[in-house]
Amino acid sequence: MPSPRYWREIPSRYRLEAAACRGCKRVIYPKRQICPQCGGVEFEATRLARRGRVVTSTVVHVAPTDLQMEAPYAMAVVETEEGARLMVQVADCDPSEVLPGMEVTLEFRLIRKEDHGGILCYGHKAVPVG
Amino acid sequence: MRDVAIISTGMTPFGELWQSGLRDLFVQAAREALMAVGSPSVDAIYVGNMSGGQFVGQEHLGPLMADHLGLAGVPATRVESACASGGVALRCGFLEVAAGASDLVLVAGVEKMNDGADVTNVLASAADQETEVYHGITFPGLYAMIARAHMARYGTTEEDLAAVSVKNHMHGARNPRAQFRSEVTAEQVMTSSMVAEPLRLLHCSPVSDGAAVVLLCPLERAREFTDAPVRIRSSGLATAPMALADRADPTFLDAVSLAAGRAYKSGGVTPSDIQVAEVHDCFSIAELCALEALCFTERGSAGELTRAGETALGGRIPVNTSGGLKSKGHPVGATGVAQAIEIVEQLRGEAGERQVPDATVGLAQNMGGSGASSVVHIFERV
Repeated sequence: MPSPRYWREIPSRYRLEAAACRGCKRVIYPKRQICPQCGGVEFEATRLARRGRVVTSTVVHVAPTDLQMEAPYAMAVVETEEGARLMVQVADCDPSEVLPGMEVTLEFRLIRKEDHGGILCYGHKAVPVG
Repeated sequence: MRDVAIISTGMTPFGELWQSGLRDLFVQAAREALMAVGSPSVDAIYVGNMSGGQFVGQEHLGPLMADHLGLAGVPATRVESACASGGVALRCGFLEVAAGASDLVLVAGVEKMNDGADVTNVLASAADQETEVYHGITFPGLYAMIARAHMARYGTTEEDLAAVSVKNHMHGARNPRAQFRSEVTAEQVMTSSMVAEPLRLLHCSPVSDGAAVVLLCPLERAREFTDAPVRIRSSGLATAPMALADRADPTFLDAVSLAAGRAYKSGGVTPSDIQVAEVHDCFSIAELCALEALCFTERGSAGELTRAGETALGGRIPVNTSGGLKSKGHPVGATGVAQAIEIVEQLRGEAGERQVPDATVGLAQNMGGSGASSVVHIFERV
């Protein structure tokens, strides 16, 4: 991907920076200019706790080209303690064990490598607790 | 607002049509629709297409298609709403005729998916690139997550999911334009290769080429062109949060529910008035969720309804008599218009082996992305 596009996303992807709406207190990840819940436009910067719970999940067997070497891998929608939800890969476990309700932590990891000398793309993956 | 009628239809077979390019598919379907009513000149064209740019490197489809119909000069607009592009194009044409801005409008849906593009990546561009696709989720993966949430919450089973595919293939085997004219068994579905757990290959609609066209005009002029016009009674369109993670309940398709509510209300009909429906079964779970959001059944009960045969031909509300996206094929931009054509044929009594006896009111539901947009139309025999 073009490097400016990657660079713009670094605060949310590397540091899990989010925005707490001053009106309704909802925590929005990644941050937005307008709160989808109340329409508010004033926010306080916050960071997500690196801990959450699996809302739903799957195991991807037919993967996108960049990730074919990793398949099968587990993906999950994780809800953090603040109530924000994010889509992440779940690593360091048997993918078939990743099911709704599982407790996870979020760890900084390499997400994908681009071909032809492209960018190494980082972000967070979930890892089961315990 | 004026009443609007569909006066003619045209459609290519759906499938891997290696001999035809994007423009060939469009022209074939449009010629069939135009010639059926004496090739009148049209006032406007709408072309539903998800991604000519990514699939075959071709954008700017409005003028291209008008030109290839020999209609350069006519206003022509390409409409995009991912896999709901065709249905949204139909809505644009409907509103233009209803508003009195045009009399005769040609609405097309077209997609050429089998031309060497990386289809998985192109389809994923209908999901959120920054928060979903970056992390490695695929389109089947998103619907698999919806399926797993539905199973966890309501006890929906793999047998329920398989029943959707078995039923739609049973219907599609009776459709001469379907991509897969073969029946499948539940065992074949449940042992097919895994795509994204719990969805297997035979839970997924195929990669298809095809085009579908309908001609619209004011109902008061429809008998100039045909003895069997079908009225578009109402149209509803809605959106929902783009990313699955941003939807409060991943088992419920809010955009479908909102679009249906609008179509039911403006059409003055209730779900129990619908006698035949085409719904967006891009994956088997999508049909179950659509049946619930359309209020054909209680939330969580669509699997049971399907296994009881109530959505098959001969059941209480036959769904996807065309074979659905699963068996008929899913050239994404064409699908919404093809759904309308199946309902038109049902209401005209022209559906042959797939005919629902005495159907007078039908519904078509088309959906984009993992449910971020949906459009619902209700049709009636006049």
